[in-house]
Amino acid sequence: MTEHLPALQVVIALTAAPLVMLLNRLPRLAWGVTLVTCWATFAVAVMLLLQVSDGSVIRYEMGGWAPPWGIEYRVDGANAWVLLIIGLVSAVVMPFARRSVDQEIPADRIGLFYSAFLLANAGLLGIAITADAFNIFVFFEISALASYALIAMGRDRRAVLASYQYLIMGTIGTTFLLIGIGFLYIMTGTLNLGDLAARLPEVTDTRTIRAAFAFIAVGISLKLALFPLHLWLPNAYSYAPSMVTVFLSATATKVAIYVLLRFVYTVFGFEFSFVELSMAWVLMPLALLGIVIPSLIAVFQDDVKRLLAYSSVAQVGYMILGISFASALGLMASVLHLFNHAITKAALFMAVGCLVYRLGGVSLARVAGAAERMPWTMAAFVVAGLSLIGVPLTAGFVTKWYLLQAALMEGFWPVAALLLATSLIAAVYMWKVVEAAYFRAPPEDAREVREAPLALLVPTWVLTGATIVFGVWAQFPIGAARNAADALLGVPQSW
Amino acid sequence: MTLLGLYNYWIVVVLMMIGFYIVIAQGNLVKKIVGLNIFQTSAFIFFISLAWREGGTAPIALPGVTEYANPLPHVLILTAIVVGVALTAMGLALVVRIHETYGSIEEDDIHQQDEQQ
Repeated sequence: MTEHLPALQVVIALTAAPLVMLLNRLPRLAWGVTLVTCWATFAVAVMLLLQVSDGSVIRYEMGGWAPPWGIEYRVDGANAWVLLIIGLVSAVVMPFARRSVDQEIPADRIGLFYSAFLLANAGLLGIAITADAFNIFVFFEISALASYALIAMGRDRRAVLASYQYLIMGTIGTTFLLIGIGFLYIMTGTLNLGDLAARLPEVTDTRTIRAAFAFIAVGISLKLALFPLHLWLPNAYSYAPSMVTVFLSATATKVAIYVLLRFVYTVFGFEFSFVELSMAWVLMPLALLGIVIPSLIAVFQDDVKRLLAYSSVAQVGYMILGISFASALGLMASVLHLFNHAITKAALFMAVGCLVYRLGGVSLARVAGAAERMPWTMAAFVVAGLSLIGVPLTAGFVTKWYLLQAALMEGFWPVAALLLATSLIAAVYMWKVVEAAYFRAPPEDAREVREAPLALLVPTWVLTGATIVFGVWAQFPIGAARNAADALLGVPQSW
Repeated sequence: MTLLGLYNYWIVVVLMMIGFYIVIAQGNLVKKIVGLNIFQTSAFIFFISLAWREGGTAPIALPGVTEYANPLPHVLILTAIVVGVALTAMGLALVVRIHETYGSIEEDDIHQQDEQQ
């Protein structure tokens, strides 16, 4: 059984998806099956992470075909970490989903909704676990197609247009990736990532390989919403159903960042990416612009969900910034931020989901005075907001600390100063929400509202608590992130 | 003559640019999907044509034949075509929904309606 864990990681969710679709007439049962599936997936992810926590690598030959001919699933410290993030978020979001989805999705489509959710989940898990370049493309499309359907189910009519725009940009991104993979195949005759890495050095000094690198980097950057290729993200996150926003904001861009890391470090190698092609000098300006500009845009948003969506673009900037330092510490800070930002942003969007559930919308005017009537929801928002800003004793602080250290180690003083300044901008836009909710009177026509139901509050507080727990007791995420960085760099570092 | 000998790549490049241009320049949502299809097709043709070998035959074991075309890119593109069909269906379904709610499939119209709200 345990030797088949890598396959089960993807197969459980993939096979449950059509089953849930058949249960469309029984929404309660459809939810139950999805919940059990997500918990099982999470359990598998935990077991995989424990197995590779000593730095070992699990190789699994899909269908018994030996790589490089067959598809290989390969789990090391890096992707086990990403699998854990996806598993954790999906496991926590499912209890939250029941009430939220009941309210936001028509009853006759709930089964279909969960079916699409499982496909998106399976696709993301597949991207993270596979060691086959073409398989990555296919899983990208599986998760993307399901995400388009999920986003289009939002109640706002602009949700469909947002989904359409995401479809256009996402498809351009994955097609670029496909073209890049084609270039790699033409030069090496293999699609297995490990095999590619072994064969690339012979042909690395060719225009084809440089073109392949460009296509892959740009294609993935579209998927991970690197500034200025982020235009699909704010609309998609703002208009999607609450539960979809929670899930996608915490996982989709993170998985794309993992794929970028995998190609840059494992396939092309540090030497080629950073020394020969000076990738850092492309990534760092984009990351810095991507932190500053979306943060400033977020300050001027009137809708809390949209505000957080812009902040997500900025947070992607932090992760890319860590990579652009081209140091082991910067890489580790980025990988750590994948997790810390996932739990922080998921907690924030869950609190927003609670507000949407009671208030019907989250424009600042509607949120005004919400704290008095929904104290626990707003408290969760504030705590998770502190983690987003990077206040000590929260998860967000831990990553900001390591990012700062990495910046100072390379002597990038202005970058370090900018990091601190942008944290202040984050404080400004979070304060806007807090000010509205705590210090403004509710609007005249406000509905009489109560605190959000426990079914929504408990998952929200689980993740909010996690931002504190992993801010105080940070050994676990730091250890896992170091392990992941070791796996990506290929040599254990002296941390 | 190598430039002409690689004419398949020229076709790929031209198709790719045509498709990409349509996606960016067209305001009509259906035409954008058509452009996306042309764009993807160029990638498909790229893969399929790179499998060709001079003097090679179809990859079926025949007595006396040693040169075969590479079947792997063909198989990959079979999968990619299925993905492309799903994407087209998904995109067109979204356009139908957009038309139902906005009564238009012109991007400018739709943005105008949203701004008026």
